[in-house]
Amino acid sequence: MSASIEKGINALKRQVDSTVAAFFSSCVHCGLCAEACLFYTETGDPKRTPINKTEPLRRIWKSEFTLMGRMGKMLGLTKKVDDKFLEEWQELVYDSCTLCGRCSMVCPVGNDIALMIRKTREGLAAAGQAPEGLIGATNRSVTIGSPMGVKWPALRAQIKHVEADTGLKIPVDVEDVEYMLLLSSMEIMNFPEFIEAVAKIFDKAGATWTISSEAFEATNSGIQIGVSDIAAELVQRVVDVADKLRVKTVISPECGHAYMAIRWDGPNLVGKAFNFKVRHILEVMDELSQQGRLKIASKESQKLTYHDPCQISRRGGVIDEPRRLIDMIADDFVEMPDAGKMNWCCGAGGGVSANERADEIRLKVFDRKKAQLEAVRPDAIISACSNCRIHLEDGLEEHNMDIPLLSLTETIAEHLAED
Amino acid sequence: MTEIELLSWARGPGLQIATIIFVAGVVIRILEILLLGRKANLAEAKGAEMSSGLRTMVTRTVPDRTTFKRSSVTIVSGYIFHIGLFVVCFFSAPHILFLKDIIGFGWPSLPTPVVDAFAVVTIIALLATLVNRLTNKVMRYLTDFEDLLTWFVTFLPVVTGYIAFHRIGFTGPSLLAIHILSVELLLIVFPFTKLMHAFTLFIARWYNGAISGYRGVAS
Amino acid sequence: MKKDLSLKDVKLKNGDSKPETLGEILRSQKVSRRSFMKFCATTASMMALPPAMIPVIANALENARRPSVIWLSFQECTGCTESLTRAHSPTLESLIFESISLDYHHTLQAASGAAAEAAREAAMEENFGNYLLVVDGSIPLDNPGYSTIAGISNLDMLIESAKGAAAIIAVGTCATYGGIPHANPNPTGAVSVKDIIKDKPIINVPGCPPIPVVITGVLAHYLTFGSIPELDHIGRPKAFYGQSIHDRCYRRPFYDKGQFAETFDDEGAKKGWCLFKLGCRGPTTYNACATTKWNNGTSFPIESGHPCLGCSEPDFWDGGGFYKALSMPTDDISKTAVYAAAGAAAAGAAIGALNRGKKNTSNKIHIKTTIDDLRK
Repeated sequence: MSASIEKGINALKRQVDSTVAAFFSSCVHCGLCAEACLFYTETGDPKRTPINKTEPLRRIWKSEFTLMGRMGKMLGLTKKVDDKFLEEWQELVYDSCTLCGRCSMVCPVGNDIALMIRKTREGLAAAGQAPEGLIGATNRSVTIGSPMGVKWPALRAQIKHVEADTGLKIPVDVEDVEYMLLLSSMEIMNFPEFIEAVAKIFDKAGATWTISSEAFEATNSGIQIGVSDIAAELVQRVVDVADKLRVKTVISPECGHAYMAIRWDGPNLVGKAFNFKVRHILEVMDELSQQGRLKIASKESQKLTYHDPCQISRRGGVIDEPRRLIDMIADDFVEMPDAGKMNWCCGAGGGVSANERADEIRLKVFDRKKAQLEAVRPDAIISACSNCRIHLEDGLEEHNMDIPLLSLTETIAEHLAED
Repeated sequence: MTEIELLSWARGPGLQIATIIFVAGVVIRILEILLLGRKANLAEAKGAEMSSGLRTMVTRTVPDRTTFKRSSVTIVSGYIFHIGLFVVCFFSAPHILFLKDIIGFGWPSLPTPVVDAFAVVTIIALLATLVNRLTNKVMRYLTDFEDLLTWFVTFLPVVTGYIAFHRIGFTGPSLLAIHILSVELLLIVFPFTKLMHAFTLFIARWYNGAISGYRGVAS
Repeated sequence: MKKDLSLKDVKLKNGDSKPETLGEILRSQKVSRRSFMKFCATTASMMALPPAMIPVIANALENARRPSVIWLSFQECTGCTESLTRAHSPTLESLIFESISLDYHHTLQAASGAAAEAAREAAMEENFGNYLLVVDGSIPLDNPGYSTIAGISNLDMLIESAKGAAAIIAVGTCATYGGIPHANPNPTGAVSVKDIIKDKPIINVPGCPPIPVVITGVLAHYLTFGSIPELDHIGRPKAFYGQSIHDRCYRRPFYDKGQFAETFDDEGAKKGWCLFKLGCRGPTTYNACATTKWNNGTSFPIESGHPCLGCSEPDFWDGGGFYKALSMPTDDISKTAVYAAAGAAAAGAAIGALNRGKKNTSNKIHIKTTIDDLRK
């Protein structure tokens, strides 16, 4: 119970660096970022303009790290950052943003606004202004090991089911293997078929792999709530285990922010480069395919389209790999408008789906994805993030749209050659 | 003070003061940004930072289709006045002479009626941006005093330059003096406002491209 | 041109009845009525007066009593006098000039020394309140010794002479605005007539030197109407100083098209292109050079290939180098910019260090955030 405005302000100060300074110096209030953000386009509320969400960080940068800001502070001309202000901004920073990064792609002066919103969360969280839902999820992540409270026994039970269904052995806590697979609680609880799919693929590819009983959780609540210290603690668990087992590559599963957390933020959070590689399951499958270790025997005949999960595609760099994989298993594939690095967010990532208060707006912004789907009219949607999957299913159901969501990994596994 | 005295002051001490504030201000602000530094990236790179950064510095000039459709007025009016300003500032004969005196070399100028036409277009575009800023929902929400001030100090030199050239109103020395003074006002206001984006956008774009490029995304 | 100008001398010497009016003088000089009317018409049109005014001018001039004119020359180069008297053959302008009673003029009068000063004082006393005072040259204030006449400082002589003047015509940029002596650093403390005399009507006829016909036009106006012509905001007759050189320059089409001479002998210069780049002050200078021209309409500086110096404007000597275009800075801006950048680099480094210090402090005081720190 020790969050305070002083801690919040200090946290914001720690987040200011040359990128933040360059970005705020360049913003010309053109408003283009709003037109790229589905939380603005689907609600029409200008306070949801992305750059506006960063106002707490901007005030600290201006008053603490610029000559004229410091002088203004001495003259009492600065805009304050107090509890009331941060409380007002909570809804903008957490409920109205998934850190999807589309704003960062369109800003004409080159601002990475999503990065700045992520940094802004550090201030709000330390000041006690993070949403209840996220605080709960983070508590569970740290104390239990999973934001949804999933413990090893639950996973082990799922593993047993998979072994029974496939006849394959799922290696647990095995040392010196090629791959260590992480899993998101969402997958464990809702999509255990994913584990089955991975098992089959690795079996056919002849890859050695394992799951760790000590640190299997891929979801990083620390990233979502915006507390680097907690995010680092969660990453360290994976690092410790990966080092202990001496794995070559840690695999991030079908979860968006998990990939960002371990692949791109991870080493920077713990302050050390990893001794192992980190790859998304899509990258792994793509690599296996290049090596000729992934053979496909059949294809989907239905009309497919692909929803790019933001943290994997635009913010993660895994854009071409899924398309090469889809190419292998699709006869009729059509891209939705703005597909690729400019695809629209589903609306649920970055902690929004863990925040009950944001349920209504989350459903509202689904309209954007709906418009994209209506332009394409697919028979099914492929994606590679379970959070996107759950939310898109919610949205489609709300609008009585009967379009199934398919996991790319699962679909690949379905069409593996029996050799 | 006589008109010629005012003109001589504008061309002499006035310009000195404006130059000092402008140059010192810009240098300080840029150093303020760069010297904050950023932590090295310890993750395994998927792409090259430097080349990605340089690439985005250029490509970010071109908006993507969807964004353009949603913000066409902002983008078009913005580009027109920037291009117009560029032509008028750097391709009118008196301006080239001004720069030649400072940097030591000049370049061919455009015929005065052509520059004239660009000036008119720029003025119209600037007025359009102001109207847009005051009517567009998002821009109206974002707009503060600084936005209006910077618009004004940008608009003033173009208009006073046009008036000085066409001799509408006061006498020659006054008009020229007013024009030069308006430019000095712009120079003085510049480092304290978002007008710095003229320099810092290259830094911001580079960072954007570098950060994304590190992850293998061309932004 | 008749050198023994002082008809006053004639009066004293011969005792003959002298021609009293301008009309009588002109007839005595065998100037035909036709020529006289032509002059009046020209004067009318130059001052933008309607044709109906021509007979009025003619009548006025015809019957004009030769006003007494006292010409005081202070810190001057005599260029103004030279310009006005530069006619090679008698012109009507010079006749007008002759036909005033020029009771005192250093260069043109025959008398000198005490006799000259006595003539001046006598003319002033006799015509007190009615004589025209013409001044050329500036007045030094720093030390009266810089310029004296018969031991009298310019300042004293001006103040004294102005007392009985009906009006004062300041001729040449020195008298109107201080001119060359007034230029930086102004070692003599030179000032203009209007800086000293505040209670008499002053007509400024600037130029370095002014165009001859401008002076006579002003005189003709005064003789006709007994009043001074309409003046602009710095005291110049609008009839002659109402347009800028730039707006009447025959090379203006080249300026508009952007065709400039880059040097004095390049192709552009030979083709008579605009001289803006060579420093022409045409755009900021108001005078009649481009229309009336010099030497009876022969030419003017720009037509001869030299940029206008702006000599009819105040402080034209301090308006930056004559060969620096108007749009160029007058000082060395690049040096200023370099020094400013160097200073700013040092300041920026200091500020950068302060910023780093602040960040280090905030990093130091940061205690690792745990789940217990997420609520207030």
